[in-house]
Amino acid sequence: MEKINVHTGVGVPLRRSNVDTDQIIPAVYLKRVTRTGFEDALFSAWRNDPDFLLNQDAYKNGSVLVAGPDFGTGSSREHAVWALKDYGFRVVLSSRFADIFRGNSGKQGLVAGICAQEDIELLWKILEENPGTELTVSLEERTVTAGDVIVQFQIDDYTRWRLMEGLDDIGLTLQHEADITEFESHRASWRPTTLPAKFEPKQHVEAARPVDEEQEQPVG
Amino acid sequence: MAGTLAEKVWEAHLVRRGTEGSPDLLYIDLHLVHEVTSPQAFEGLRLAGRPVRRPDLTIATEDHNTPTLNIDRPIADLTSRTQIDTLRKNVEEFGVRIHSLGDADQGIVHVVGPQLGLTMPGLTVVCGDSHTSTHGAFGALAFGIGTSEVEHVLATQTLPLQPFKTMAITIKGDLPEGSTAKDIILAIIAKIGTGGGQGYVLEYRGEAIRKLSMEGRMTICNMSIEAGARAGMIAPDETTFEYLKGRPHAPEGADWDAAVEYWKTLRTEDDAVFDTEVVLEAKDIEPFVTWGTNPGQGLPLSADVPNPADIADENERVAAQRALEYMGLTAGTPLREVKVDTVFIGSCTNGRIEDLRAVVDIIKGRTKHDDVRVLVVPGSARVRLQAEAEGLDQVFKDFGAEWRNAGCSMCLGMNPDQLKPGERAASTSNRNFEGRQGKGGRTHLVSPLVAAATAIRGTLSSPADLEPATASELVGAGA
Repeated sequence: MEKINVHTGVGVPLRRSNVDTDQIIPAVYLKRVTRTGFEDALFSAWRNDPDFLLNQDAYKNGSVLVAGPDFGTGSSREHAVWALKDYGFRVVLSSRFADIFRGNSGKQGLVAGICAQEDIELLWKILEENPGTELTVSLEERTVTAGDVIVQFQIDDYTRWRLMEGLDDIGLTLQHEADITEFESHRASWRPTTLPAKFEPKQHVEAARPVDEEQEQPVG
Repeated sequence: MAGTLAEKVWEAHLVRRGTEGSPDLLYIDLHLVHEVTSPQAFEGLRLAGRPVRRPDLTIATEDHNTPTLNIDRPIADLTSRTQIDTLRKNVEEFGVRIHSLGDADQGIVHVVGPQLGLTMPGLTVVCGDSHTSTHGAFGALAFGIGTSEVEHVLATQTLPLQPFKTMAITIKGDLPEGSTAKDIILAIIAKIGTGGGQGYVLEYRGEAIRKLSMEGRMTICNMSIEAGARAGMIAPDETTFEYLKGRPHAPEGADWDAAVEYWKTLRTEDDAVFDTEVVLEAKDIEPFVTWGTNPGQGLPLSADVPNPADIADENERVAAQRALEYMGLTAGTPLREVKVDTVFIGSCTNGRIEDLRAVVDIIKGRTKHDDVRVLVVPGSARVRLQAEAEGLDQVFKDFGAEWRNAGCSMCLGMNPDQLKPGERAASTSNRNFEGRQGKGGRTHLVSPLVAAATAIRGTLSSPADLEPATASELVGAGA
């Protein structure tokens, strides 16, 4: 993972609360089997509207999203983080994030910073009055700077450290493989295993047909 | 031992306690996999040259993309077909068990786990799907994870996690006739909001919860995520043990006795302290419907569409205005007068056998409203087979409903089962987000009972609104 310490980029004031992951990336885009190339999917329904922020010249190269409360609710799809990153976002600021979204962000190098709602309002005001204003986000200082305005954001110490060092979680965990093996050696025998597979007797599952096809069955 | 149910399960899975702000490392007992959130995780393993550490604690099924018609023919949508083919190749390469389309154990991952008896009290269960909270109904600590975490669990069978806070949600007394588990959870979300549970594991308690079947408990835990919570749990009891006994993967003999003995300890101690407590009176819970575009925007069916001007909080007010505009609703309209085009019965929230039986009890001997399309999608192939064995399929067909194969279907419209722009649905699923069931589609979340009554009357309705079936409504009359 790429190390991040300070990021500077255009701020985008998304004045909406409860931006769920279905809005960030609709389910139709989840059929891909790759981890990249989701930039066109980001906010795809809203981008049909010519007035939407990302269709405006001043904001279209934005990389710091300043959103309303409860950002990233709903589905666990990590595609929401990939779409934001593929589009070019490096930071999302909100007064409240859904837990899964915040976790996914930390694993993919997207900074999810928690600001007080009054600071979000202040940033919205600055970004709307002067579209295209750049924000500087410092993980080191946990600050967002817009000209001479500086606001604080929160991010937990561990995620901040991992982002700044660009560390891979699996690698970190596998340093403790002996602990995992030790834990497994005490696993109670009633705890389930999926193999060998057990199930009720196999049965034929009939395929449903469209209603009009069902009615067309030969008569007599 | 720590005091609450959630803390007990957490402690029992601690591989390594975190130090100085680093997370705890928790062991994962059961990892459920489906086609949408796994391809990039398997690809990650392949690139790093890592195996799946415990294929014997992992199981895959196909649900999000699968068609509910013509399942014996190649999948028409090429990208869906690619994703399912990719899963099949991945599980073969890594030695993971799968139940594919056409198999009797295929179905929505959160229906399949419990019905195979793999979901048990005291487990940690994860899946790349936010509705993994469903399994908490058994007293398991079960939560949705992202694809990076899916890869992490495949590689290590563990997850680094920061401890959750705990919230008790107590439902006192008895539910009134006609109110269901779905109405309880919609009422809870309307009360605490879509962010109310953030950072918490919820524990549902109280008489009304104790009296619910396992299916009802799963409906409640399923939608914990809609309150923002990572997980929801219900302490196991005789109802839980009864449900599990004899299922394919349930422990047997001495293992069963040892398991039950341990499971009985999985309850919150009387002196345990929750970080937050919420209490609702069951007698106040009426049939609930959502009017807006997030699951917290719900009201009793007897209410009117709310007026945004009456909402004090500015963010909430703006959200309500937007929602009404999207939903094509006017403030002040009685919810009972809202006409629907489609009724969807299914999903990991309400696609179990008990849900189908509850619908059949209402619709038997009647026909659907002429203007309504009714889609019935069992949660799993086994549920479909069981319903057919009980003759429920014939009741649905006589009613005028479409009887489909199993999968997630119209809950999220990744397969062809979608709403058209502007189309309005009463849906037993879990999310009413903009475009969730199809671009421009409008969703009202309801219980199976409300779905059934709505299919008959054509407007949002509860069974209490139904006239006794008339002769002309009786199936076959005058034909």
